Amino acid sequence: MTNIIASTALKARQLTEEEIHEIEHEKTHYPYAQAVGLEALKIVQKYQGWVSDESLLAVSEYLDIPPDDLEGVATFFNMIFRRPVGKNVILLCDSVACWMLGCDDLKAHITSTLGIDYGETTEDDMFTLIPVPCLGDCDKAPSMMVGRELYRNLTNEKIDQIIAGYKAKA
Amino acid sequence: MSINNPLTKNIEEGRAPFTFAEYKAAGGYQSFANAVKMAPRDVMGQVKDAGLGGRGGAGFNTGLKWSFSPDPDGLPRYLVVNADEMEPGTFKDRLLMESDPHLLIEGMITASYAIQASTGYIFLRGEYTVAEENLLKAIAEAYDNGMLGKNIQGSDFSLDIYLHTSAGRYICGEETALINALEGKRANPRFKPPFPQVSGLWGRPTLVNNVETICNIPGILTHGVDWFKGLGLGEECGTRISGVSGRVKNPGCWEMPVGTTFRTLLEDYAGGMQDGYVLKAFLPGGGSTDFLMPEHLDLPMIPGDVAKAGSRLGTSLIMVLDDKTCPVGTVRNLIKFFAHESCGWCTPCRDGLPWVEHILNKMEEGEGEMKDIEILKEMCGYMGPGNTFCALAPGAAEPLQSSLKYFMDEYESHVKHGCSYN
Ligand SMILES: Cc1cc2nc3c(=O)[nH]c(=O)nc-3n(C[C@H](O)[C@H](O)[C@H](O)COP(=O)(O)O)c2cc1C
Ligand code: SF4
Ligand code: FES
Repeated sequence: MTNIIASTALKARQLTEEEIHEIEHEKTHYPYAQAVGLEALKIVQKYQGWVSDESLLAVSEYLDIPPDDLEGVATFFNMIFRRPVGKNVILLCDSVACWMLGCDDLKAHITSTLGIDYGETTEDDMFTLIPVPCLGDCDKAPSMMVGRELYRNLTNEKIDQIIAGYKAKA
Repeated sequence: MSINNPLTKNIEEGRAPFTFAEYKAAGGYQSFANAVKMAPRDVMGQVKDAGLGGRGGAGFNTGLKWSFSPDPDGLPRYLVVNADEMEPGTFKDRLLMESDPHLLIEGMITASYAIQASTGYIFLRGEYTVAEENLLKAIAEAYDNGMLGKNIQGSDFSLDIYLHTSAGRYICGEETALINALEGKRANPRFKPPFPQVSGLWGRPTLVNNVETICNIPGILTHGVDWFKGLGLGEECGTRISGVSGRVKNPGCWEMPVGTTFRTLLEDYAGGMQDGYVLKAFLPGGGSTDFLMPEHLDLPMIPGDVAKAGSRLGTSLIMVLDDKTCPVGTVRNLIKFFAHESCGWCTPCRDGLPWVEHILNKMEEGEGEMKDIEILKEMCGYMGPGNTFCALAPGAAEPLQSSLKYFMDEYESHVKHGCSYN
């Protein structure tokens, strides 16, 4: 793993003031700085959209966590993106209740509307589509999130409206 | 005054959750004042006598679990609320945290006093963004009103509560993996013993409890053990949140007396199956429980009774399988989830689940062979209890093994003709 990081990342980037400020705030919640590794990655991702090698190294240096350990955390979690994603990440639930109520058809609809499969980003960098495990919203299935927003009882028509809404905002 | 729905009495669909003042006016934040008059061990004793079983899936007596923590030694101890709720089909903790966050905070304060914890963490799944906002607000209000921080209500008990938001990984719900995650490590489970009650977060005594478990504490310490016992049906104690997803008329979750039957839940609360669909089977408490059949509907939702029928009550949120949905496809979907969420630590789980998924994919595509059915049966054994490092793989094996028991004809017809559901 050391090799992978060493071969792609040039060096740590400078963390921004905002990032440092938020990481410092999280540090007050734990007796050890190492505990905020995930939070720091999430903070970086909030501002940068994803966690580049340069960002990972920056957090690693800042919190004094070996890069391999931090990479072990980063790659463990579904919601830490180690590759660039679009401005809006569509998280479509593909677990059992949503599957029973037609999430495969919704996925096909999104794919044909936006021209992206799971893991892909539209050419204009507006949307990335990712499947997520059960969103804990099964009584309102099928469900998905776009960024931090939850959308429930989905149909193809609703998805069209949601996508149009994000496009209009851009 | 007799409250019979202590978990949801403040919840009203479409209304914002109670503020601190509203919550207090509705009778909230009384349990700490009662508890602090007692010795911490006596508070544990009350919770134990109340017969409260953990609501995170295993159902172990909460007061008894607390009593295993060693006597305080002046060093830090922790209460951790497990709010990772990622078991497929489970959406009850979401309701509690989004709609009445102060109930959880009050429960944490009183529980922390009982176990003499000085710090509480809420380990929240990152996707619950509304719960995150509402909890942060409630915690801030509790500080502002002297219910958190130093010397709560003039007592010599002090407590800080912090919210940790995760980033989506089912295994973090397993309590030792959760502790690793909180420490900032990769969330593989830890070997037990030592149990977290003795050596958990940073090697200190740590109690991990489910959200709903902790939400029961204010009621017990406000209204008493006898009141709590009286809430259940027959010999059962308390209420719990049960719910239904799948093709029913009115999916959702509701608070009901412990001991309510599956039939009452399905027919009275959820309105029965949607028109044109017939109940074929159901998962009684999340994706990691064995299927039960329509003839089991009259069982009360009690861990022991459900175990006798060959399954687990789990989270007591049931998922219905209707006659127009493929059982093999349903199991394939569940196994895909578990394969994806395996932490990769031990072989039967890391390698077994993708293999099972591969076989089920083959079957759905009409490329299965009769010997695959034998392999599936064998895999249930490898992934079963005792052969893996944690309970994820044995849980994954449950819907598989029970579907092989109840739906063998469907597996055979998949092998012979492929999937016949659309
Ligand atoms: C793979 C796995 C995932 C789990 N996920 C959760 C969860 O999301 N929430 C929860 O409360 N318990 C979960 N549990 C159970 C916890 O390990 C633990 O038993 C529970 O939090 C204890 O709380 P209780 O005694 O209040 O029920 C999970 C267990 C396993 C094996
Ligand atoms: S059973 Fe699965 S999730 Fe549990 S330790 Fe083994 S690999 Fe990890
Ligand atoms: S299965 Fe999609 S929200 Fe639970």
